[in-house]
Amino acid sequence: MKALRAIVGWFDDRTGLISATKPILEHKVPYTNWKTGWWYVFGSAVLFAFLIQVVTGIALGTSYVASAGEAYQSLKFITNDAPLGGLLRGMHNWGASAMVLLIGAHALHVFLIGSYKFPREMNWLTGVVLLGTTLAMGFTGQLLRWDQTAYWSIIVGADQAARAPFVGEGLARFILAGNTVGGATLSRFFAFHVFFIPGIIFIFIGFHLYLVIRNGVSEPPRRGEAVDPKTYRQRYHELLEKSGVPFWPDAAWRDAVGAIVLVVVIVVLSIVIGPPELGKPPDPTILQAYPRPDWYFLWYFSVLALLPSKAEPFVIIFGPVLVGVALFVLPIVANKGERSPLRRPWAMGFVLILVVMIGTLWIVGEQAPWSPNLQAKVLPANLVNSSDLTVQNGAKLFNVKGCQYCHAIEGYGGARGPSLTSVGSRLSHEQIVTRIANGGNGMPAYSNLKPDELNALVTFLETRKTVYDNKQGQAPGRLSVAWEPLGQWLPKRLF
Amino acid sequence: MSNENTQEITNPGPDALDVRGRGDGEHPASPADTPEQLSRRKFLSQISLALGGVGAVVVATPIVTFIIGPLFSKTPDTWRAVGAVDSFPVGQTQEVSFEDASPLPWAGTTAKTASWLRREDTNTFTAFAVNCTHLGCPVSWVPGGQLFLCPCHGGVYYADGAVAAGPPPLPLYRYPTRIRDGQVEIQALGTPIPTE
Repeated sequence: MKALRAIVGWFDDRTGLISATKPILEHKVPYTNWKTGWWYVFGSAVLFAFLIQVVTGIALGTSYVASAGEAYQSLKFITNDAPLGGLLRGMHNWGASAMVLLIGAHALHVFLIGSYKFPREMNWLTGVVLLGTTLAMGFTGQLLRWDQTAYWSIIVGADQAARAPFVGEGLARFILAGNTVGGATLSRFFAFHVFFIPGIIFIFIGFHLYLVIRNGVSEPPRRGEAVDPKTYRQRYHELLEKSGVPFWPDAAWRDAVGAIVLVVVIVVLSIVIGPPELGKPPDPTILQAYPRPDWYFLWYFSVLALLPSKAEPFVIIFGPVLVGVALFVLPIVANKGERSPLRRPWAMGFVLILVVMIGTLWIVGEQAPWSPNLQAKVLPANLVNSSDLTVQNGAKLFNVKGCQYCHAIEGYGGARGPSLTSVGSRLSHEQIVTRIANGGNGMPAYSNLKPDELNALVTFLETRKTVYDNKQGQAPGRLSVAWEPLGQWLPKRLF
Repeated sequence: MSNENTQEITNPGPDALDVRGRGDGEHPASPADTPEQLSRRKFLSQISLALGGVGAVVVATPIVTFIIGPLFSKTPDTWRAVGAVDSFPVGQTQEVSFEDASPLPWAGTTAKTASWLRREDTNTFTAFAVNCTHLGCPVSWVPGGQLFLCPCHGGVYYADGAVAAGPPPLPLYRYPTRIRDGQVEIQALGTPIPTE
């Protein structure tokens, strides 16, 4: 013990690190109780999630081969053959999910309690950079999982960038690292995911933490205590003098609890659910693909499907730009006044709308009712329920001609168009013929059907008469198609 | 050398770590500083910053050129044979694939590009890019319905590539085709990039 103390003493004398860190660790922070204190854990939890990403990422990096031709094999090796490789991939995946989720929660908490106001504007701005880089890590990380989905996601990303005015094509070529996804593409994304973006994150975490120490952890807001730049620092100082507690260990213990919960959750998820499935190989000639972004971008995938076509070129480019600008401008234009969310109904309302909106888009994105269901199976005979050969032939054509990819009959088929379970009850013979031949409302025209094919199809559809089908009326437009699954949960009269 | 060491030892030690009061932007000036010394100091700080800037530019130039190089690389004029003319029945659409114009040796499976090739009549072929014009996902050909369907956001195209439904703003892109020595050839232009 004595020897240890001597060593520590010598180390501190020669480096000064311990005497320099101690006051930082023990700097005073506002007292928080059970109700307010736990919310402050999100920030440190993001940091711990990042550290987990760094160490698991380095470990994966020892086996991953950043070569377009070999990355897929190396991922298979890591997942199936390397000792605990699957667990490690799982941890890196769930750690990423945790980091995105926690940085979102941290940002919302800071926004709700008005911590971004004076003098912590720069805390917020550095945080915005960290939010953006974290999402960039999520996107590039999904691409390093070099499977079919990664391949098509790069093209989808490049095509979005291509919509930018003037620089669009250059930007797209930059993302592809050439005129198509190839050998250079993966190496480049690897460099960005592993060196460039983490470098920026390290710098900005340092900056962010320095600002946290310099400006102090914000006190839990109280109604009526508005932030006035002239008096705030003085008041904060007096608050710390009066009731402040040392960060270590009075506040830090909650961060420690948060960190261990985080680690346990990540490891348990990695064991129980495991790493994300490696899809088909990144082969551009395999066209049976269903590219979907990872969950944190799934809501945006829905936005891209639901946008009216005319708004699209503007939203794709100016949407993200506007969000970025709004986040940067917020602490500049709104740096004083009430911090309590109870006195900031607009802030509360905004967060509520944001959460409901993204949540809804998530659910819709998961179901993707706008996508044709290319795996729809032929209708079973008992469902067709007819001895008439024309009807049976029509049921077959319903699948062969691709009707079923978009229209379901008693649940068999896609949700792109309206269900046809009871179409015979609501449309006349002529209406069905017209709709098939001319299309409309998002349906292609089937003008190339032979007369006997058309006849069989219509005869079959006319037998679809039931009373319990709720999806009434004509084919809905794009928006209402997407909202249909929600309609199953909400009161029917809304839809 | 020994002289420098001696100077270091005379450093005041941990007590010198008191950094409060720094960062006020002022150079420490003593009454003994002459105007010449001050202007020399100003010159030295300017020359140091300038040298740093020059160094940064010298290092950054090759890096930036290296990274944004792909923006300026021209696609070589390359045609790839995808099969004998007679192997494609008139009126049918089928998937073909060809090697990219100049794939890197380690590109693996990504060195290829797929296309939906349709034989219009004896001598006319149309090669559609598989990429949906909305955001580039691969469209599937449904022979029964004579439609291309996109799995991402529900784009639908007719057999001639015209938009039938969904968000695509344009008909399917086409690669130039030609017939040489009984072979159908497609110009390897890579992934079409939609530009507004």
